[in-house]
Amino acid sequence: MTRKLDEVQVSLRDVTKSFGAFEVLKGVSMDVRKGEVVCIIGPSGSGKSTLLRCINALVPINSGSIKVAGIEVNDKRLDELALRRRVGMVFQSYNLFPHRTALENVMMAPIHVLKQDKETVRKLAIKLLEKVRMGEKANAYPGQLSGGQQQRVAIARSLAMQPEVMMFDEVTAALDPETVKEVLIAIRELAEEGMTCILVTHEMGFAREIADTVYFTDRGVIVEYGPPAELFGNPKDPRTQAFLAQIL
Amino acid sequence: MTCKATKNSQGLQFGGTMPVLHPVRLPHKHFCPYSGVPYVNFHIWHGVLLIATLALVVTASASTGDQGRLGIWDTLVKWTPLLLSGFSVNLLMSIAAMAIGTVFGVILGLCQISLMPQIRTGSWLLTQIFRNSPWLVTLFYVMYVIPFEFDLFGTRIALSDWSKATFGLSLPVMANVSEIVRGGVQSIPAVQWEAARGLAFNHRQTLWMIILPQAAKRMLPPWMNLYAILTMATVLGNIVGVTEALTLTREIIAAEARTDLLLPLYGYVLLMFFLYVFPISRLTIYLERKWAVDA
Repeated sequence: MTRKLDEVQVSLRDVTKSFGAFEVLKGVSMDVRKGEVVCIIGPSGSGKSTLLRCINALVPINSGSIKVAGIEVNDKRLDELALRRRVGMVFQSYNLFPHRTALENVMMAPIHVLKQDKETVRKLAIKLLEKVRMGEKANAYPGQLSGGQQQRVAIARSLAMQPEVMMFDEVTAALDPETVKEVLIAIRELAEEGMTCILVTHEMGFAREIADTVYFTDRGVIVEYGPPAELFGNPKDPRTQAFLAQIL
Repeated sequence: MTCKATKNSQGLQFGGTMPVLHPVRLPHKHFCPYSGVPYVNFHIWHGVLLIATLALVVTASASTGDQGRLGIWDTLVKWTPLLLSGFSVNLLMSIAAMAIGTVFGVILGLCQISLMPQIRTGSWLLTQIFRNSPWLVTLFYVMYVIPFEFDLFGTRIALSDWSKATFGLSLPVMANVSEIVRGGVQSIPAVQWEAARGLAFNHRQTLWMIILPQAAKRMLPPWMNLYAILTMATVLGNIVGVTEALTLTREIIAAEARTDLLLPLYGYVLLMFFLYVFPISRLTIYLERKWAVDA
């Protein structure tokens, strides 16, 4: 895919993060431009998920800097609300709120966090659920939905905050193979509309098709990155080669 | 699970019966997962056994009884209104102690999950003290610590024994409710907190709108179980001078001066408690089992 890319929206500089003595991120730098679709691939435990959690301040970093849409994430006086309404996050385990219906899940944050008008939010929520093809299940509880359906509701829930960047943390890893596709279609549509997307994924075919840039991480560092055709077709680093040989 | 393979000339093949995972009835837990209190688990046959024993005792006593005295059944019927009035005191104490204990227990439980370490430690300590003390000792302590009357802005307010005993019983209830709240909240997966924070909910909003509504469902069976235990514990009021069912039973026995009434009367009171606690116990076990699966 080729798109016209302009200003940098997410920027990481020498980010490090340790859990106790274990160094998860050892100096990660990357730039994500507006409208860019970035896929992060790499073996388990290479710090991919932690990286995403650092970007929306779910996990504090040890050193370096992260800037999202002009907001310095590592700032002690960080306005978490301002940051998180700009960055949507979808998790591997969907994490819908089980005591609320699909529609309520989508409506909660805009109403209670952004204090938006309930009727306006309802219209937006229904529109978003229809967008991910879950309009018919608006009144179902998460427990009544399949994994793929829950994940699509989770995407709609994040979109309801009207974020500028969407992050997807292995969102298809826990799904049945037959429901993976419906989730990937929803993500692809978002990307095509120009949403800035950062995906951690094991779906190499999908990464190749959708990404503008693919990053390969291993043991807390970015080993190699580039356009998918280049990274998948002609990996330079031996570690990338070994990883891709194993997976493809 | 059944797995039946039929063998024909071609070798081993699955016939009409394929392996099927049948729905299983999960065993309920024997202990409340948060407060560690054992579940009161009455079965219908407990009641059958109780009634059968009572009937046997009454019949046996009646056959050996002297002539000219009121029969056992008639004596029981005669004293039933008084016993029920005593039993209603037990119920009143149980409801009041549960209400007080729940209000303070919820507050204490929320303090146990506070973000401030001092509040957390303090409330934890308070919870542990009252949760691990014998109920009767706490009860005695409260009876002697609280004066029988006190002045409130010049008005003399007398405190009855039953209200003091109720307060004494509400303390261990408070501590157990505190543990149920803490355990219930902590049983909600951490990813729910993460998802809420990712949607820009603050700590308070997350707790009240996302975590507590889910936890409340898990807290209900242990809370109901606690009520069943408390109801049975209200007879401790007998020791500290409250005129409740057991106190009246002893007074009736003394008044009648008949030893053949001992077993029937105590059995009768036992039956009253059983009939009240039994449905609560069954409902608790039912909810515990039902919600454990989809929680």
